[in-house]
Amino acid sequence: MPWDRNQMAARAAEELEDGMYVNLGIGIPTLVANYVGDKDITLQSENGMLGMGPFPVEGEEDPDLINAGKQTITELARTSYFDSATSFGMIRGGKIAAAILGAMEVAENGDLANWMIPGKLVKGMGGAMDLVAGVKKVVVVMDHTNKHGDSKLLKACTLPLTGKNVVNRIITNLGVLDVVDGGLKIIETAAGVTEDELRAATEATIVN
Amino acid sequence: MKKVYGSAAEALDGLLFDGMFISAGGFGLCGIPELLLQAIKEAGTKDLTFASNNAGVDDFGIGILLQTRQVRKMISSYVGENAEFMRQYLSGELELEFNPQGTLAERMRAGGSGIPGFYTKTGVGTQIAEGKEHKDFDGETYILERGIVADLSIVKAWKADDTGNLVFRKTARNFNPPAAMSGKVCVAEVEEIVPRGSLDPDHIHLPGIYVHRLVQGEHEKRIEQRTTRKREDA
Repeated sequence: MPWDRNQMAARAAEELEDGMYVNLGIGIPTLVANYVGDKDITLQSENGMLGMGPFPVEGEEDPDLINAGKQTITELARTSYFDSATSFGMIRGGKIAAAILGAMEVAENGDLANWMIPGKLVKGMGGAMDLVAGVKKVVVVMDHTNKHGDSKLLKACTLPLTGKNVVNRIITNLGVLDVVDGGLKIIETAAGVTEDELRAATEATIVN
Repeated sequence: MKKVYGSAAEALDGLLFDGMFISAGGFGLCGIPELLLQAIKEAGTKDLTFASNNAGVDDFGIGILLQTRQVRKMISSYVGENAEFMRQYLSGELELEFNPQGTLAERMRAGGSGIPGFYTKTGVGTQIAEGKEHKDFDGETYILERGIVADLSIVKAWKADDTGNLVFRKTARNFNPPAAMSGKVCVAEVEEIVPRGSLDPDHIHLPGIYVHRLVQGEHEKRIEQRTTRKREDA
């Protein structure tokens, strides 16, 4: 059985170590926060906050307190606030240990595409280009194939890039792969998924 | 010199001209200079270029100036929340320059700090890098980005004293300090102007040297994505 969204998020949470400062993207990456358990993790929101808390209970929403997805959130005892230039200073400066984000395509050399599809409505890259260029470890969480069943792990990206040679690890519904010299290396498969099944669903070069 | 003005329109008096370049604070609808944007709408200033992370929504934030066709160009990182923006952009009425969010913030900070350009690895190997100078430092490639110096900055803060020292609240700080720094003139709107001496000098987020004019007013502070959890989960 391939992993579902929550199982992918739970697997991604295993990437996080005690004491890490982490940035989580929109979508499945947001769910990762539910699975960090007892680990001491500080979440960064790139609009200017470290120590992001959960969504507020109804009636306690604060228009001055939102995350990078513009959702109302809460603060924690450890929270600090800062301006956008400082926020991206810590991102670009390699102070954030890991970013977990979604993708449209990942290439076997670590190229990432997740911000635009030519001919479709382009909304902008937001902070994604800064994050993948600056953060120490970039973990992509995404479905292994698109809605047509085609591999999203490619020899080369077809879409405009968000970053070049930036991805370290990919967690899909079929398993976990690392970007290594010469291609992607299978680290594990989802329970019930065979290595052959994962290879068959992957266009990128798999190395041993 | 007196910095406090009675209304947003008075605070902008003599500063607006057609074709000008404005740097604006805010992230989404959080911490946006909503009173000054409304006053610019009423002033009817045209052909504006805005450096602003977002373009508001159709009827709030910079969106109100799109409705009246006062904006010629946006320099932004994300504009996905605004249907009128997309319509004008796709029809060619509006020019758009995408900047990565951190590059935009740093362009403002640098421009206001006397730094005309800086090298960053953000965007290397992407469309953003096309046509820009590339340079290697310690074995890594970087691109040259320019500092932004705008004709005018408009920002929103929580509190100010009458000398323009500003205090922001929570994530409403966002682009406001770098935007304030990037303008030749900066007008700030605040929720409260407090007496001189009542702000702790150690707790001032932006010194008054960056702020030339001030106005106090009532803010709507609209929430873009109201998201809550059930009380029993708390």
